[in-house]
Amino acid sequence: MNLSTPVAVQSREVNYAPRVFDLSETPLRELNQALHNVGEAGDEPAWEVLNPKGSHAVAVGVDKAVAVNVRGSVGYYCAGMNDGATITVHGSAGPGVAENMMSGTVVVKGNASQYAGATGRGGLLVIEGDASSRCGISMKGIDIVVRGNVGHMSAFMGQSGSLVVLGDAGDALGDSLYEAKLYVRGSVKSLGADCIKKKMHPKHIERLRRLLERAGITDVKPEEFTRYGSARTLYNFNIDNADAY
Amino acid sequence: MTYHNPPTTPRRSATFDEYTLSEIRRAAATGIYDIRGAGAKRKVPHFDDLLFLGASISRYALEGYRERCDTNVVLGSRFAKKPIELKIPITVAGMSFGSLSGPAKESLGRGATIAGTSTTTGDGGMTEEERGHSQTLVYQVLPSRYGMNPRDLRRADAIEMVVGQGAKPGGGGMLLGQKISDRVAQMRTLPKGIDQRSACRHPDWTGPDDLEVKILEIREITDWEKPIYVKIGGARPYYDTALAVKAGADVVVLDGMQGGTAATQEVFIENVGQPTLACIRPAVRALQDLGMHRKVQLIVSGGIRNGADVAKALALGADAVAIGTAALVAIGDNDPRWEAEYQKLGTIAGAYDDWHEGKDPAGITTQDPELMKRVDPIAAGRRLANYLKVMTLEAQTIARACGKNHVHNLEPEDLCALTIEAAAMAGVPLAGTDWVPGKKTF
Repeated sequence: MNLSTPVAVQSREVNYAPRVFDLSETPLRELNQALHNVGEAGDEPAWEVLNPKGSHAVAVGVDKAVAVNVRGSVGYYCAGMNDGATITVHGSAGPGVAENMMSGTVVVKGNASQYAGATGRGGLLVIEGDASSRCGISMKGIDIVVRGNVGHMSAFMGQSGSLVVLGDAGDALGDSLYEAKLYVRGSVKSLGADCIKKKMHPKHIERLRRLLERAGITDVKPEEFTRYGSARTLYNFNIDNADAY
Repeated sequence: MTYHNPPTTPRRSATFDEYTLSEIRRAAATGIYDIRGAGAKRKVPHFDDLLFLGASISRYALEGYRERCDTNVVLGSRFAKKPIELKIPITVAGMSFGSLSGPAKESLGRGATIAGTSTTTGDGGMTEEERGHSQTLVYQVLPSRYGMNPRDLRRADAIEMVVGQGAKPGGGGMLLGQKISDRVAQMRTLPKGIDQRSACRHPDWTGPDDLEVKILEIREITDWEKPIYVKIGGARPYYDTALAVKAGADVVVLDGMQGGTAATQEVFIENVGQPTLACIRPAVRALQDLGMHRKVQLIVSGGIRNGADVAKALALGADAVAIGTAALVAIGDNDPRWEAEYQKLGTIAGAYDDWHEGKDPAGITTQDPELMKRVDPIAAGRRLANYLKVMTLEAQTIARACGKNHVHNLEPEDLCALTIEAAAMAGVPLAGTDWVPGKKTF
């Protein structure tokens, strides 16, 4: 070892090539443990996960700004509780992708199953295909951009953050919504309890423009979307609203 | 001559009793169902309906002041790399910051820590007061996921996946606007002052197969270190316990209908779910049928008040118990010193249960900064520790009298029942007989 070269610099140079985990050979536990053991994001910035073959809980609880590319489709809860990483699924994702994300970016190149981005508190989830039912359920600050359609009960009890749908939304969009902001470019089959259409003011257009830009979407205009939000009539219990419950 | 016609004594209806009449009038006046805190208040078969037999010629007792009777319990030995060991088999149940004040949560942490046991977060996330003052803290994962984050998951000593609770199996939580202070609103990502509804189902799993994957995810996030509990309300204890075990639980927490809540409809609390006594044996049987009794630990809660209740729950097969309402009483809830103020609220000390209104004179179920000053966390924590120690001593006293050198060695054969109902539920003989209702004798 050349003592004149700082160890940290050597380490960065040595580890710059992506770390590769082939899940057909390596247990999931080793992948997640290695991701949790990352000292500083710069030490091991790039990760490749091969042959996920529908594995559950791939790259969960990552809390460093690393980039993880998952080559194939994943099962439940991929990128769950992500906090700072950029995780890209080059395939489709099962239920609960990026659930409770804190920060960072998760991109699903294919479709996502139920509860995508459930309870997410921050960061950006981009689904390039369709998302199934309850996309953004109970969202708490996450931004979700779906290039395709979303299923029924999406953004159910959404508290904060934005759900952007370039395609259509299913039944009961935004049911029992709190303060999450919903933007849909296509049709909405039906609105849930206390969710109403709202006017797009310039600030919303600007906010949506920035969000689409972050998601790498340049072929649609924010003006093409309709905004939906809470009517706030169910915020405090009133017996005269009993039919809505 | 005048004919004397004596009046009959005014007779109240057993069906339309005073409480029922007042509730009809209240409902008619307000148009809203009654919401309150605490657990079922109706009389149901309970531990009072069981007695220990004690030792005699066929069993010999242990000397109360000399011979050891251990009380420690290890939780999470099935899968967790770091199981927790408690000195006593009595834990403090989950109660949220939001429903309880910060000083109240701190008191629970302090008391549990002095007594060598765990306390539990609740439907509002983990507070610094609580983490800082709790040596062993169980972190609940609830349907609302308020305050849920991976950092707190990793700071926890165990994780409890809450499927239900005894006061309201199948129901979600509610925290009315009066208690959504700035701090509570911030922790729950909600506007201040609104009525907050906690979901009754988890947002990202449905059914036992999903739960198994959800538990896998939590284990992966926490590197398989933490014990994972699954908490169920007393609905179908045999099947729910079996499914929790199948889903990979280290510990099953089973809460009967006397278990408290911060706020739920009275009709729900009193009419949904089974008494604690009725839940224990089916849950234990499920564990035994799966070969998992004592491998997956069972914590029972709902109406535990003293060391006799602890000993009876353990004798029926539980590994530990949890207390909620009793812990609140120990730190000052419903204390007669505030009688005048309770009366101003239209109630009396001992009956106050409008915990959702945030006006608790004792400063416990409130977010009012002035009221919560009435809780001194150091003194209240000491009282809770004293109470936990008394319960432990009481349970040891009974266990020694039954000849047991560990409270876990208590067994159903140490018990008899005073009523047919209790005998059937607990699966022990009616006192003075060898009759266990529902059990074939040959």
